[in-house]
Amino acid sequence: MILLRAKRIESVLQAVGNTPLVRLRCLTKNAPDIKVYAKLEFANPGGSVKDRAASRMMTDALADGRLTRDKILIDSTSGNTGVAYSLFGAALGVKVRLVMPSNVSRARKDIARAFGTEITYSDPMEGSDGAIHLVRKLVSENPDQYFYPDQYSNPSNPLAHYEGTGNEILDCLGDELTHFVAGLGTTGTMMGTARRLKEHHRPIRCIAVEPDDALHGLEGLKHLPSSLVPAIYDPLRADETVRVSTEDGWDMADALAREEGLHVGHSSGANVFAAIRVAEQLQREKRSGCVVAIVCDRGDRYFAPLKWEKRYIW
Amino acid sequence: MEVTIRIPTPLRTLTAGADEVVVAGETVGAALEALEAAHPGMRERLLDEKGVRRFINIYVGEEDVRFLDGLNTKLKAGDQVSIVPAIAGGAASL
Repeated sequence: MILLRAKRIESVLQAVGNTPLVRLRCLTKNAPDIKVYAKLEFANPGGSVKDRAASRMMTDALADGRLTRDKILIDSTSGNTGVAYSLFGAALGVKVRLVMPSNVSRARKDIARAFGTEITYSDPMEGSDGAIHLVRKLVSENPDQYFYPDQYSNPSNPLAHYEGTGNEILDCLGDELTHFVAGLGTTGTMMGTARRLKEHHRPIRCIAVEPDDALHGLEGLKHLPSSLVPAIYDPLRADETVRVSTEDGWDMADALAREEGLHVGHSSGANVFAAIRVAEQLQREKRSGCVVAIVCDRGDRYFAPLKWEKRYIW
Repeated sequence: MEVTIRIPTPLRTLTAGADEVVVAGETVGAALEALEAAHPGMRERLLDEKGVRRFINIYVGEEDVRFLDGLNTKLKAGDQVSIVPAIAGGAASL
């Protein structure tokens, strides 16, 4: 038995990262000789992989003066990034204001408010586009009052994964690791982790996961062909892109809960679906392999009824 | 009878950018068939062999058709039918 030492830490910020890798044994029956691991990002204090980028964007901005305690961090998210900003804002003494359409679910409002975050409501008819427009308007009217992290173009986002996620995986698996699988949203996880993994002396194949269509239900993932491409995205970082249908992602999320005891969100289901497909291919080719997939968050974050979010068109 | 179908952003590539399409149909299913006829590609994105795909919500006015009669839900002239993916946030498409 491996004994893990309990840690004593000085701040909740130090609880970010060093998430466990858990071996999937039931869902990999068709690839018995390939090791498949899920990296459990829901073990972060805010419950998602977004804790890494959010905490790093905030601490980097505090260090170089872009963010001060006199400013307000503002962004237009009601999802995991909003939870992370709210949590670390409370811990760092930074005021946070999130802009979201007034019809997002009560649960999403309550979780941000629990940390003292101020919520500004935008027009429900204009969906998330309306929230983004309102943030940009508020920032342009009072540029000195606000810090707008802009995770899609902030280099601290991939840097958190270059120094964190990538190193952690190599520390655990070293030369065993052959494949890494992560979904593309802001693309920060893949950009930073792949950059680190490519520095390793043995080749590690990096596989990006995208929804198979512009219309999808894999929250957090981006269908890049129909989206504005994030500034931090470099298409050459990943070796390959796998497109996963919403149904395959959702079914895998259910299977992970029932067969592996991992109740995860839909984007995690899509990542694991792609990882198992890679493992099965390696098995068929009689090769050896060790595949790591990112599990972004827990499934209970999506329990809130979506009925009242129906006009929240992303 | 004519109803208005509200088209979500990711499907507007099929409607030349239009956010609403007016079609004729006695039921939600018929209105969606009319939408497919006018803008091919809609059906496979919205429906599968069992009906409405799991992550797609279709509303008549404020009501989800899953809690009405599904694709057989009757429409009246002027009804507004909304197509909404079950997802919130996670993308900045501006």
